[in-house]
Order: sequence, then structure tokens, then C-alpha cells
Amino acid sequence: MFRLILRRLAISVAVLWLVTLLVFVATLLLPGDPARAILGQQATPERIAALNDQLGLDAPVWQRYLDWLGGVFTGDLGTSAASQGPVTELLGGRIGASLVLLVGAAVISTAGGLALGTWSALRRGRAVDHTVSGLSLVVAALPEFVIGVALIVVLSTTVLPLFPSVTLAPPGEPVWSQPIQLVLPILTLTLVVTPYITRMMRATMSEVLDSGYVEMARLKGLPERVVITRHAVPHAIGPVAQVIAIQLAWLAGGVVVVEFLFRYPGIGQALIDAVNNRDVEVVQAITLLIAGVYIVVNLIADIVGIMTNPKLRAEVAR
Amino acid sequence: MTAPATLTHTLAARDLRVDTVAGHPVLKGVSYEIAPGEVLALVGESGSGKTTAGLAALGHFRRGLVHTGGAISLQSGAADPVSVLDVGDRERRQLRGSTVAYIPQDPAASLNPALRIGKQIGEVLETHGYGASDAERSARIAEVLAEVGLPDDESYRRRYPHELSGGQQQRVGIAMAFACRPSVVVLDEPTTGLDVTTQTLVLRTVAALTTEHDTAALYITHDLAVVATIAHRVAVLRNGEVVEYGSADEVLRSPSHAYTRELVTAVPHLDGTGATDTSGSVTSPTSASPTSASASGASASDGPASAGARGDRGRRPVLSVSGLSVSYGDHHVLRDVSLDVRAGECVMLLGESGSGKTTLSQCVAGLGEPHAGTVSLAGAPLAASTQQRTAEQLRSVQYVFQSPYSSLNPRKTIAQSVELPLRTLTDLDAAARRARVTETLERVRLDPALAERLPDELSGGQRQRAAIARGLVTTPDVLLCDEVTSALDVSVQATIIDLLCELRRELGTAMLFVTHNIALARHVADRIAVLRGGEVIESGTVDEVLDFPSHEYTRELLANTPRM
Amino acid sequence: MTATTTQPTLLRRALSLPQAKIGLTLTTVVVAVAVLGPWVGPWLTGHDTTGFAGKPFQSGGIAGTDGLGRDVLTRFLAGGLTLLVYAVLATALGLVLGALLGMLAGYSGGWLDSLIMRGSDVLLSFPQLVFALLAIAMIGPEGWLLVLVIGITHAPRVARVARQSTVAVKDADFIRAARMYAMPRRRILLREVLPNITGPLMVELGLRLTYSIGYVASLSFLGLGIQPPTADWGLMINENRIALVVEPWGVLLPVLAIAVLTVGTNLITDSLASAAAGTSKSGEPHPAKEASA
Repeated sequence: MFRLILRRLAISVAVLWLVTLLVFVATLLLPGDPARAILGQQATPERIAALNDQLGLDAPVWQRYLDWLGGVFTGDLGTSAASQGPVTELLGGRIGASLVLLVGAAVISTAGGLALGTWSALRRGRAVDHTVSGLSLVVAALPEFVIGVALIVVLSTTVLPLFPSVTLAPPGEPVWSQPIQLVLPILTLTLVVTPYITRMMRATMSEVLDSGYVEMARLKGLPERVVITRHAVPHAIGPVAQVIAIQLAWLAGGVVVVEFLFRYPGIGQALIDAVNNRDVEVVQAITLLIAGVYIVVNLIADIVGIMTNPKLRAEVAR
Repeated sequence: MTAPATLTHTLAARDLRVDTVAGHPVLKGVSYEIAPGEVLALVGESGSGKTTAGLAALGHFRRGLVHTGGAISLQSGAADPVSVLDVGDRERRQLRGSTVAYIPQDPAASLNPALRIGKQIGEVLETHGYGASDAERSARIAEVLAEVGLPDDESYRRRYPHELSGGQQQRVGIAMAFACRPSVVVLDEPTTGLDVTTQTLVLRTVAALTTEHDTAALYITHDLAVVATIAHRVAVLRNGEVVEYGSADEVLRSPSHAYTRELVTAVPHLDGTGATDTSGSVTSPTSASPTSASASGASASDGPASAGARGDRGRRPVLSVSGLSVSYGDHHVLRDVSLDVRAGECVMLLGESGSGKTTLSQCVAGLGEPHAGTVSLAGAPLAASTQQRTAEQLRSVQYVFQSPYSSLNPRKTIAQSVELPLRTLTDLDAAARRARVTETLERVRLDPALAERLPDELSGGQRQRAAIARGLVTTPDVLLCDEVTSALDVSVQATIIDLLCELRRELGTAMLFVTHNIALARHVADRIAVLRGGEVIESGTVDEVLDFPSHEYTRELLANTPRM
Repeated sequence: MTATTTQPTLLRRALSLPQAKIGLTLTTVVVAVAVLGPWVGPWLTGHDTTGFAGKPFQSGGIAGTDGLGRDVLTRFLAGGLTLLVYAVLATALGLVLGALLGMLAGYSGGWLDSLIMRGSDVLLSFPQLVFALLAIAMIGPEGWLLVLVIGITHAPRVARVARQSTVAVKDADFIRAARMYAMPRRRILLREVLPNITGPLMVELGLRLTYSIGYVASLSFLGLGIQPPTADWGLMINENRIALVVEPWGVLLPVLAIAVLTVGTNLITDSLASAAAGTSKSGEPHPAKEASA
């Protein structure tokens, strides 16, 4: 089992390295003279030369890559062309703000999705099941911003003016100082991923409930509570963990749209600003950060999958 | 065996009716009674409803099925009879596992892979309050494991199901069922997928336990030979109805219903009778005297199925395997295997699961791994991979796969599938190919109207006929038949065996017939090679091997093969 | 030839399900609006998409005007076609690329399989939208880039499904039989494997189309997709949302259209998944959805 986990870890490191390569290579796609592209057509030759120097654009490609990679490892993510400040400083406060959204949505959607999925699976074929399945199918189809706008229309404007539709906190103040402004963004993200977790949990639980060992447990006369908790749920955890991971990692992407919609001061908003300003080093830093989160979350899910599989687990026990 | 004389019935089903949710009847009024210590065999082919009838005894209906009528009464000892289907959930739960227990068909799927086996047996005891303390229950677990012939030590109980062999898993399932000393056990094809030797062991265990504890047993099976060894009485189930019911002797020796007769005659016998759906025995099975067969040594002309001997051709090997060895790492699948198939003869390659028989047939077909040794066709060595074989070589060696459910492309019509080898391996034009396909389909007795159907629209037997047609359409010199009957129902198996015998008589194609079922030997083969652990441990004419087996393993196989 | 015998049965089975009928109706309505709208719009309202119909955010006409005084209804009717075309092209690119790579990886195994799947893992490490933003940051919000980048990020997801399905059939006896009949690999893949994995691929088609619509609309909404002054649903939502309370139509019409379209395509996808799984029950799992996102 440990060899398996180590192998999985090695793959993640390799993928992460390839991701850094890809993020770096993307900058080579900048059309023509990158410095001119960044500064615009009116830039003086002196400013362009200064920027080239600052970005190290005169050095060979491989050296620029190594310099950049070294910076990533030492926590130096470069300089924002737009704010002229270090990228780390720009992102510092925003990471926390985004994490509040991600963790909030993750906790609610995981708990909700697992409960709804199990409930639905235990009542297969009944009205409850059809309602849950139908609703999750509809909501799963909607892009993040559609859900967000719908929530704003219903909960923030004339219908039921309960929550603010934009972030109220002035810059510099922590977002959680006014919890009410977190409600709609978190609710939007929750609605985006809950349907998938629900559907997966329902499907996996259905499969497990139809399995020979669950039938056998019932035929042994075990109480239904024991059948579910001891014989069914443990087998659903492994496969569902993977889907939860993919969904939570997806939140890292969905957060971009949601932050833009609610003008929320997180890294997603920063990424949109950076793309608009062609602030290359900020874009690199944020995409690398999100990909890193994605890889780590998937790694954890796979390890959970390996640990909950008795065949793999028993290899060391023997 | 005779049923113990008794007046009480431990388990009785009366006019049991079960429908699917959509309203199709699955059981149309099934009744049976079982006395203490008695074994009732519920015999039926796939789709007969036998599992549904068995699970009903525990008050369990699978998803999609509804109980629409009839009752099941369960009487344990001196207690009043309980109507299993009328009691409440809680009461029914108390009956399951303690008064009436279930032994499933597939132990690998029915044991929880994440729990240790000791725990899985223990939870039955715990739930039903068996024993006053953990120590007492632990002692009972050890006792019941010993009863089924498994080690009873602590370390064995701490194993996970996947650390056990199939036979051991099944015995854990039996131990679990007998743990609370139930009055009734329902056994759902408990020996399917086990080797004959293991099957005998499991059957003996079940017989001993039921006799010892006066347990009534409902034994669900499709195998009449097994019925003959274990059952006191038999109920034959067909399409949800009991068509025949009586003592095992009556039903097996003098069946009264046509369907039962069909089933009984379809069972292959070691002496060469049965396994036919038409005129009784193929040829007089015992006429070929063992002395004359062994005297002629390697010659195969005296085998019963080779009646109509093929003279000189009988001496020339058309397919020759010599010194074949295959290994995966340290594991040797085949060791130095040599085997000849002469023109026109049928050689049975006999082996249980894990013997290497599949690997051997795949090496011959060119689908296997790289190997040492040679496979040659009419003297010319064949390449290990199909890619390096010539079209003529590929045409000459054809293969019929075990399962007709996976050997035909589900997206192609029967005619398209049968035509395929002609397209790629011969120069025939479209019209000639079509004529050949039609001719071959007629030859395998397949209705020409089925040629334009997809495999899904055919029965298992029809599909296997189509697969045989695909094997024969190129008029090969050797046909490899890989367990061609084992995925089919008993009555269909017999028709396929008959067909292969007739085709050999008509076409004189040599066959390598790979199987685990020694009972088929006299029906199809001239010679037998017995494969075990990757080695040919015995070979010779059918009569030599069956009448005078030289190897201990062959003797064991013969002894353990159930007879009717 | 092989495909024609069975494709109708899968499609017919799928289309007989209730969710397919609802989905098809919803999709048809929105597609009709998107395709006919650009021609019907000016004729219906008398305005074009860029001309000034009145003061900013005014309640004139049927749906009022937007922030630049342009007629909302005309722009709405004209705003779906580009989105639809981009989404269809991106889906086609992702599906073809992914199916080819996945089948090749699954059937060949060995180093080719490893290479393709590890390459996929790298692309799978980015949320699709974030990867698109990375590319747009470097090259700019070009139409071809949207199609290319969304298609490319679909490919590894489709490839995983195609590979899984191919592995499931590649050792089937009928494939081994085909190898015994000296069929070349390309023909085995196209004639024997492909017809047997159309079910999961059709589901992928539906799923990826739903997501493509979402991504193109999202990027336009972020201002980084289809660019002004083109009339586009995603863009309109962004342009008009400041006046949501005053003049809601500029936001509501495109939001509704996108919602109805994606729900419609997802319902069709679900019916395909049910039909491919051999069940007629709604709410059965999408074999593909676990690998989505």
C-alpha cells in the first residue's frame, strides 16, 4: 500500500512539474514583443528595454524558466506589471478571502450531497428519488453565473431583498467582517457542485445496495441500521471521495466566475483583472496556484481511495 | 438415499406467486414441503425462477419483484409454525440467519470484502443473541469453521475474504449459515464455479451438517448429477411452475414430464450415454473393448465417436504442439507440453481452472503470450502471434470461444460476423462468400432467417451455432473448441455436443476440445490429454484414460465426478 | 455500415424517454431563436443590433433598451448564434480528438497509453475555465482561440471515457476473433471497437456540448470571450446587470435562454446515458459524469 501511495505521490510531483512547464511555455505565446504587448504601442523604447530587463526577457528561454521556477520555490512569484508590487503581496489577502468561499461551499455541498444521495438511493423509485434526481439534473446543467444571477434576482432584488448582491466590505477589511455578504457567493458555489456529489452518491449507494454482500447481510437478519452503516456506506466512500475531490477542485475554477459576479475580492477576481491587464506574472502565479490545489486535492482523494480498499490495505497487514 | 420418515414439515411453500413490477409472472403457484433432515432439490435452468423461489423462504424478494399470492410456513422444532411472508419486518429479521439461513451462489460477491471472516460469522451470532458472552461466541465460530473443514485458529478468522480460495470462501458462507444451527438452509447453486473435487467436498459438508443437525435443506441447482448425489426429493421448475415433483429416484430414473426427460437425457455420462436430445446413446459406448484400444497404442480409430474411421489420415498429425512452455515471471503456466492432433480426430484437453488449458489453446490460436517450444500445422511451425501467420495458416486453424455472448460483435449481424473470416482470409468474391455463409449456416442447423439478425435477438444456443459456423466457414483443418458448452444451459449443451459430433462425421475436421468436464469425454473425443498445473500428466485413448487411469489426479477426478 | 444498424436503436430508445422529449423541445426552441433571431429580429422590432433605439435603460419597445440605448429584444435575438457555433465547434474538436486519443491509448496499452494518459493528467490539472483564461491572457480574446482552447481541454476528459470503454471491449472474444482473422489495427478500431463504444461517446457529446455552452457564455460574461459591440447573451448579462432592478429584461432574457438551452441538452444527455446503460429509468447515473468537471 505504501508503495502505491508513494507511486501516486511521484506521479503528482511529475504532473506538477509538467504544469509549471506548461504555465511557463504559455508566456512564449505572447505575440511579437511581449514587453510591447504589455506596455502598448505608445511605449517608449526605454520603457520597453527596462521591462525586458526586469522580466529577464533577454536571457535564453531555459534560463528564464529556471529563474522563474526558482522564484516559485522561494516564494518569489515576480512583480505585477499593473500594480508594480510583488505578486505575493497582491495575492496574500485574497487567498484567504477565496478560501472562505471554497471551504464554506465544500463543507455544505459535501454534507448536503452525501445526505441527499444516500436518502435518494434508499428510496429508489419513489417520489423523493425522482424529485432529487430531476432537480439535480436541471441544476447540474446551469453555468455558475446563471445560478448566481438567478439567486440575485430572487434573493437580492425586488422579490426577496434579503442578501447583498455585491461585496460590501471596503478594500482592506476582511470579507468575513460582514458574514451576510458571503451568503450568496457560497450558496452559488454550493448549488454548482452539490448536484454532482448527490448523483454520484446515489449511483454508488444504489450499486452497493444491490451488491451480494448487502443482500447477504439482510439475509443474515442484521438490523437495517447495521446493514447500512457497516456493510453499505464503507464501500461507497472510496469512489465518492474521488468525485468529491474533482468537484472541490472544480470549485477552484468556479470561484473565478462567482467572484467576478459578486465583485468579491479573491484570487478569481484578481485573475480576471490580470488577464484584462495582460499582467503575465500574476496570471502565471494564480493559474499555478489553482492547478496546485487541484493536484493536491486529487492526490488526497486517491489516497483515501487506496486506504479504503481492503485489498490494497491488506497488502501491508499480511 | 431415502427420506427420513417423518410427519412434520419444517418448510412448506403453498401456491407461491411472484410477479415483476411490470406484471410479468415469475412464479406461477409454486408449492413444496421439506421435512427435517431432508434435502429437496429445486431444479431449473436459467430464468426458471428457482432463485426467487428460494429467497422467498427467507421472506426476501429482489428489487423489481412483488409477492402476489401464496404463503410460506416455517416450523422450528416444537414451536408453532410461522408464516414467513405475513410476519412483520422485525420478526422476519429474527428468523433470518437463526431459523432459516441462506448460502449464496457466488461467495466472492456475498462476503463483505472489507470485513474479516470471523467478524462476518460473529455478527450473525451477535445479532441473534447466540451465546451468552463473546468468549462463547468465539468458541462457536471456531467450532463451526471446524465443522466445514476450515482451520479454526485466530489468525485464520482474521483473514479477509480475498485471501481465501473460492472453495474456502464457499465454506465460510456455509459456516455463516450453520452458525446459529438453523432449522432450514437455502442453498443457491453453492458449487457453481468450483472444481469437481472441491464440489464433492462442499456437497459432503452440506450432507453431513443437514443429517447431523436434522436441518431441512432447499438445494437450488441446474445440475441433475449433483441432485442425484445429495437430494432426497426433487422439484423441477420451469418458467415459474413446478412441472414434476417426487423422490429423487422417481424423478431421475423414470421422469414423467417431457421437460424432465429432456433434462435427464441431456446430462452427459462418463460411460457415454446421455448428452443427447434425440435418440439415446450415440453408439454402443462399451463395445470398444479397452484392450483393443490400448493395443493399438496411439491410434485413435477405436474411439466410439470416431465411428466411420478415417483410415490413413488418422496417422498424420495435423496440429502438433511440442515442448510448449509459458511463464509469467516466476509463475509457470505451461511446462514442456506436447500434444498431437491427427487429421479428423478429436482430442479432449481436460483441465480444471488454473490448469493452463486456456493458455495452451490461445498459444495454438496465436493469441497468447510469447512462448518456448513450437506449435506446428501439418509439419510447418506457426508463429506465436497471429500477425506473423499467413492467411492460409489462419484459415486452417479456427477457434470457437467459450461464451457466445462475447464472441460475436453485438453491432454486427450474424451473416456479417460469419462472413468476416472469408473477407480477410480468402479471395472469394462477394457472391461466393454469401453462398458459403448460407451453406455453413444451414450446416450448423441455424434458421437462415436469423442471418440478418443481431446477436442480441438470438438465444444462447443459436449464438453458439453461429459462432461454430464462423469457425467452420473457412473449412479449417483444425477447430479449437474452448469450453464451448459451459456458458449454456444443460439442455442446450447437449444439442451443441450433438452438432459438433455430426459436423465431425460430415466434414472430418480435426478438433481440439478444451473442457473441464470429463463426463463429455466419451461423447466427443477419441483421445484425452489431462492437463494439471501446466503439465500433461496423462494422455491416451478415451477408454485407456477412463477405464485405466494411470495418474492419481485422474482417478480423483473420475471419483469426484457426480453420477446419476 | 455497422453503425447504421444500431445507432437508430440507441437514439430511438433514448428519444422514447420522457426527459428526452422535454429536453429536445427546450433545445429546439432556443436553437430556433438563436438561428432565426439575427434575421427575424430587425424585421420584428425595426431596429438593428448596434443602432440607437432610445435613451439608456428605457422601457420602450418590448424589452426596453440597454445602457447604450440599443434595443434589448433585437440584441437578444441576434445574440445566440455566435455562442452556439463556438460551442458546437469546440465540442466537435474535443470529441474527435479525445475519442481518437482515448481509443488509441486503450487499445494499444503500453508506453503509448502512458504517454497519452500522463499528458491528459497535465491538462486535467487545470479547471477548464482557468486554462482558457491562461491562453486568453497571452493571446487575447479571439474567437478561434475560444474554440481551440475549450476543445483541447475537453479532449482529455473525453479521452478518459473513450479509453475506459475501449479497454472494456478490447479483450472481448469478438475482438480477439478479429485479430485471428488478420484484421489490421485501424480497421479493428473503426469497425469492431468504435461501434461498441458509441453509447458512452454519445453521452460525452451531450455532456461536452452542455459544458461548451456554459464555458463560452461564461467567458463572454467575464468580458473575455465574444467582444463588444457584438450582440451576445453572455456579454449582455454583464453589460446590463447594473440595471437589473430598473430594466431586468436585458439580463433575464439571455439568462433564461442559456438556462433553458443547457437544461435541454443535459436532459437529452441523461436520456442517452439511460439508454446506453440499458435502463429506461431517469436518474440512473451518468457513466461519464464522474469524470466530468
